Amino acid sequence: MPHVTMTGIAARRLTGGLTEFDVEADTVRRLITELDRRYPGLGQQIDESMAIAIDGEIFQDAYLEKLRPESEVVLIPKIGGG
Amino acid sequence: MSYLDKAALKVVGTRPIRPDGVDKVIGRASFGADMTMPGMLWGKVKRSPHAHARITKIDTSKAEKLNGVLAVVTAADFPNIPNEEAFVGEGPMNFRDLSRNCMARDKALYDGHAVAAVAATSSAIAEEAVDLIEVEYEVLPHVIDVEEAMADGAPLLHDDMFTQGIEPKPEKPSNVAKRITFTKGDIAKGFAEAELVIERKYSTQPVHQAYIEPHACVVSYGSDGQCTVFSSSQGQFMVRAYCAKLLGIDMANIRAIPAEIGGGFGGKTLVYLEPVALALSKKCGRPVKLVMSREEVFRGTGPAAGGVIEVKIGAKKSGRIVAAELVLKYQAGAFAGSPVGPGCMCAFAMYDLDNVHITGYDVVSNRPKVAAYRAPGAPNSSYGVESCVDELARELGIDPLALREMNAARDGTKTPYGPTLVNVGYIPTLEAAKNHEHYKTKLGPNQGRGVASGFWFNIGGESSASVHVNEDGTVAVVEGNPDIGGSRASMAMMAAEVLGIPYEKVRPVVGDTASIGFTFLTGGSRVTFATGMAVTQAAEKVVEQLKSRAAAIWDISPEAVEWKDGKAFPAGSNAGSFEPLSLADIAVKSGRTGGPITAEVSINAQGAGPGFATHICDVEVDRETGHVKILRYTAVQDVGRAIHPSYVEGQMQGGVTQGIGWALNEEYIYDKNGRLDNPGFLDYRVPVASDLPMIETVMVEVPNPRHPFGARGVGEVPIVPPMAAVANAIADAIGTRMRDLPMSPPKIRAALDEQEPPRLAAE
Amino acid sequence: MSKHHVTTTINGEPAEYLCEAQQTMLDVLRDELGLTGSKEGCSSGDCGACTIICDGNIVCSCLMLGVEAEGRDITTIEGIARGDELHPVQQKFLEHAALQCGFCTPGLIVAAKALLDTTLNPTEEEARYWLAGNLCRCTGYDKILRAVMDAASVMRAEAGR
Repeated sequence: MPHVTMTGIAARRLTGGLTEFDVEADTVRRLITELDRRYPGLGQQIDESMAIAIDGEIFQDAYLEKLRPESEVVLIPKIGGG
Repeated sequence: MSYLDKAALKVVGTRPIRPDGVDKVIGRASFGADMTMPGMLWGKVKRSPHAHARITKIDTSKAEKLNGVLAVVTAADFPNIPNEEAFVGEGPMNFRDLSRNCMARDKALYDGHAVAAVAATSSAIAEEAVDLIEVEYEVLPHVIDVEEAMADGAPLLHDDMFTQGIEPKPEKPSNVAKRITFTKGDIAKGFAEAELVIERKYSTQPVHQAYIEPHACVVSYGSDGQCTVFSSSQGQFMVRAYCAKLLGIDMANIRAIPAEIGGGFGGKTLVYLEPVALALSKKCGRPVKLVMSREEVFRGTGPAAGGVIEVKIGAKKSGRIVAAELVLKYQAGAFAGSPVGPGCMCAFAMYDLDNVHITGYDVVSNRPKVAAYRAPGAPNSSYGVESCVDELARELGIDPLALREMNAARDGTKTPYGPTLVNVGYIPTLEAAKNHEHYKTKLGPNQGRGVASGFWFNIGGESSASVHVNEDGTVAVVEGNPDIGGSRASMAMMAAEVLGIPYEKVRPVVGDTASIGFTFLTGGSRVTFATGMAVTQAAEKVVEQLKSRAAAIWDISPEAVEWKDGKAFPAGSNAGSFEPLSLADIAVKSGRTGGPITAEVSINAQGAGPGFATHICDVEVDRETGHVKILRYTAVQDVGRAIHPSYVEGQMQGGVTQGIGWALNEEYIYDKNGRLDNPGFLDYRVPVASDLPMIETVMVEVPNPRHPFGARGVGEVPIVPPMAAVANAIADAIGTRMRDLPMSPPKIRAALDEQEPPRLAAE
Repeated sequence: MSKHHVTTTINGEPAEYLCEAQQTMLDVLRDELGLTGSKEGCSSGDCGACTIICDGNIVCSCLMLGVEAEGRDITTIEGIARGDELHPVQQKFLEHAALQCGFCTPGLIVAAKALLDTTLNPTEEEARYWLAGNLCRCTGYDKILRAVMDAASVMRAEAGR
């Protein structure tokens, strides 16, 4: 199942300090739903302030994106720009 | 579809004249301040003269009585928005802060903070009226410097600010809005293995984006609640969203029309004037124009964050870096939100490192709220890291490019912020720099050479575009991004390439918020990538329609039609024998084959693909005056695929020049009362033509597979390496390391005096 | 506040307007005459976005009063093209992509045109110093200088030199 790492995030308080999770999910939407079930409030935090890197490519607001069982998923701060 | 085969391209990669070019060279283009509306009034903003003060009373009665004044507004005329981060399509934004930045409520937090505004029948009357507004202040202690703002006992800007990211929640409020950390590996173990450790502290100053066009808007608030906002911004949809939120207006009642934009660089990704002008217009029922003076731009709008960068790097004698630690303290200005996050994330992204620890602090002080500026956050941290790496290379006696190559990030490198890199072109930039003739030339006395690299993520995001075939076979492209540097040209080029027609037959238009689907703002180096993707897909949909229309004319199956060089052909002899139909042939019959031929595509573009750059800079230091002359500058960058190479080079050259200004000249100077001493271009010195040589560019093309043409964002990363490249060159020239920006003549002189104390005249 | 009546020549055509004593030439051009091609970037003579030619000399129109135009010969960006044909400086700005946002462009083109009115053989360094009063934040000046030098060579060819 996809391995999820959370970096640089103030949301650690929602997870009791945990930053790595194994989550059974085949889409980003299902991943967020599962993380929010485990850690209530984390789903909103992800929606509002995090981007998701899947196998090195950065996705922002991409519920539909597919995950593979071996996907490397990293939750990082959302990125803007000039 | 993919168009990565460069040899097959006819339009993409050429250098046509931009579609909006003639209007811009004859003075006809309409920028923010160029618009007028019937019955329009002139607005003016009154600003705080204090760096930090409680507003105890505002008396507007004298101003209101002045003949010709039709409206005066203060914070009382705006909804009091609660402290909440809302999400309105442009990302998270604290609307309480944004509202209070547009119009101070209770406290003025920096010199230049808006406290009231007027609308009058002439700009002279508006100016007079502003002086008649009486504001009573209780002046409070202020703080400007980032480390002073972090210290115990510093004057507090917000008594409800408790540092996020620290567990448990701090008991006392502070000026530190947030702490953020990134960890990879085991830093203690890494430093234990190191044979050389270099630990340094660097600092940068906040600098202004210094777009030449001051903020400007013309708005009308109709008696039926329908509003028109014509303004210069990096995103009409951003203007609409923020005005709607700040004033409690339905988005459907705001039509935001993008003016031509006279530069932004990130500084026009938020609103200052538009909500104020709407409030004035609502109050008096007349259209209102608000235009900032240059002084207002400096005192009241965005600079980029500056800050303190503490770097510690441990390496083997071979040059392999085994541990790296970084602490960033970034200026946010008066409200939380410095780009310290990306500063942390970009700092070591050029390196393949096992043990890294990064801590960032977002710190408020009595300065204007910072705004984005080209690769926000990355130039500061990279100045520190790339200077420190240069110090390491010198200490070890290793060529700085070779040291970087030895430690370079590549596909498969797990970055310190988490993800594993794919399809990146950093090493090719190092190789191109190493092999460039520039790197081999000899230097003279008092001359030095520096190199530095940089990284930026680039972003994608939501974009819309529509492609309309006109009755004569010409094509209109409508897109939602203000054209800040030639993007109309690249949109038209991609559409022309897909359609197989000449570039000149495609006319691109930047639509207002009612004429094209939502499009995220022009920023983050996203337009050519994301909006270009939408344009390409819309053009492809049009091609599908053209094929089915040709099939209808020939009365054959659409699958039996192929599209090539702007014409429909029967696909093989089985399809039948027909003369090819051009786009114009099909367009003229579109009514008979199903109606207008048009397609709109809205997407959320993903996988933008990061940009890497490596720069080489030669300087000459005048030992007498301390003046640093840039002798030669070469910027190498992985651009993915250059759609219009001239505008890609232009982004690189412009970013480099802004970086040189940040390195050598630009800074905010505050007096002891926290008032800005240099709010003008005479004393805030941006680079001028005579300061610079030609900026040489080398475009390395490692295509981004996510984009149909392989494009990557190109606008941000060019500002990342210059400060360290210049500092490294100065160190090479004079043997002294400059660790505090700007490296202006007085500081260079002081460094030279330290090397060789000046003899007194009497001696 | 009574207004002053000014009779002048703007872009080769006779012009008349009323202006207040404190109004700058830039304000007059933009707000009274609808010539919004000249831009206000600083109103202190530091950025050059409002550059015009007055009796053959380049002037920041933000530093000139509207009443000072009386009897003068003024050229603004709107008057640089030769009828329907772009001036070589304008054409070369387009060909070299010497503009990004385009806001400083009118002032730079007016200043460059004035340079080439003076000499068709500027060195790059002379051109850089001549244009040092015109700020551009987008381009790093590289393509602007290339455009101006190229325009000079076109004009030299036109002049048969």
